[in-house]
Amino acid sequence: MTLDLVLFWIPGLVAIGATGAVITRKNASRALIYLVVSLLAVAVIFFMLGAPFAAALEVVVYAGAIVVLFLFVVMMLNLGRSSVMRESRWLQPGMWIGPFILVAILAVVFAYAFANIDGVDTKGEMVGPRAVGEALFGEGAYLLAVELAGFLLLAALVGAYHLGRRYLEERREQP
Amino acid sequence: MFGYDINWSYVLILPLTGGTLVGVMFLVWWERRVLGWWQDRLGPNRVGWFGVLQGIADGIKLFTKDDWVPPFGDRTLFVLAPGIIAASMLMILAVIPFAPELYVVDVNIALLWFLAMSSLAVYGVLLGGFASNNKYALLGSLRAAAQMVTYEVFMGLSIMGVVIHAGTFSLVEIVDAQKDLWYIVPQFLGFVIFFIAGLAESHRLPFDLPEAEHELTAGFHTEYSGMKFAFVMCGEYVAMIATSCLITLLFFGGWHAPVFLDFDFVPPIAWFGIKVVFFIHVFILLRAAIPRPRYDQLMSLGWKILLPLTLVNILATGLIVGLTRGF
Repeated sequence: MTLDLVLFWIPGLVAIGATGAVITRKNASRALIYLVVSLLAVAVIFFMLGAPFAAALEVVVYAGAIVVLFLFVVMMLNLGRSSVMRESRWLQPGMWIGPFILVAILAVVFAYAFANIDGVDTKGEMVGPRAVGEALFGEGAYLLAVELAGFLLLAALVGAYHLGRRYLEERREQP
Repeated sequence: MFGYDINWSYVLILPLTGGTLVGVMFLVWWERRVLGWWQDRLGPNRVGWFGVLQGIADGIKLFTKDDWVPPFGDRTLFVLAPGIIAASMLMILAVIPFAPELYVVDVNIALLWFLAMSSLAVYGVLLGGFASNNKYALLGSLRAAAQMVTYEVFMGLSIMGVVIHAGTFSLVEIVDAQKDLWYIVPQFLGFVIFFIAGLAESHRLPFDLPEAEHELTAGFHTEYSGMKFAFVMCGEYVAMIATSCLITLLFFGGWHAPVFLDFDFVPPIAWFGIKVVFFIHVFILLRAAIPRPRYDQLMSLGWKILLPLTLVNILATGLIVGLTRGF
């Protein structure tokens, strides 16, 4: 086992363990912290595969902004013991049957893939920020996808503004 | 691996971390001393010559204090939070070049690393307030979360003008690109926005609403005492140092001397040090000079004024650079 492979396995195992903990933790804030650990581990894997830009964005956007907002909401609702109780009612053994079947199907596909691919190369090509930018906005096929994502985000923004505005107006009418 | 620029400078990690922590200790004393001077009072002048050893006295006091963990809170998260704050801020220093050959690493995502680490520091503040299980702490950390996530957006966008000019995220290359013209000239708007965002990110006065003493006792770190409190404060001061370093590197030519000065005998690291110390003093002066805004004023300043300005700045910079150098 080479050093590269060891360095790949450590964050990989951390990511899997942390993701498992996200599902099984009953306390919502703990689950979110495990989610952050999982995202950081995935970022390390990205970095080692030669995609530092994707790794940095993973931390800045997912760990640094999106999960912070999740945690913000959890804190605002101030979920206490009652939500932990409810969560433990949901996480009964019987609940695991459905997900288990789905995971089993995926595991079969994985096993098939592993059996047929020999020597997975973890040494990718170094893709810097410039290359990412050129792929997204250059003459490639991704420009359309970027524009579509932009439309979608704009629509989401306008929608959120509309919903928030109605709430504010309703509140203003009742002094 | 993959040609990341790894050199002997890994040796620098230990003295850099230790030096920064000792520096923070003296900075705390110096800040109180300078504030005293500006406000026409004495400040701490008892321990050692002019009070130089006040930092050490404070350190000993903090070490020997009762290290209290609130029994009504979440113990694990409470202990973890100050570590997250201090560690994530210290990690920023890894990508800061102090002189042409003096840095720990020079990666081509150095600027994004800075943004990533300063955004991870939010977790320390959030979890610290949340784990304290105290209403003032919770209010403080809710404020901190909203404030830091908001100002991260402008912080990230305000430095994009510099990135457009330099064409790279690497701090060493950004400084090299400023040899003839500091980016403060073409990117003045970017500098102003970055400075305001840096103040809000490190929640220093006047933007210290997460810990506003008059309203929230001490905000998110109300329940902290002893060395845990010291770690929280250390995170704040390291954030101030790191932001000053970033301002110097991005807008004031890093280790380059001013173009009109022909002082070859001054080493590059001295220029860097002078500029950083200057900006640290600006931070301290703002603390002495400006009152705290209201929280809704802070938020509307961010979203209604700074965000449009940053977007205009990016558009204009892109247009100008595109027109002068060809798209």
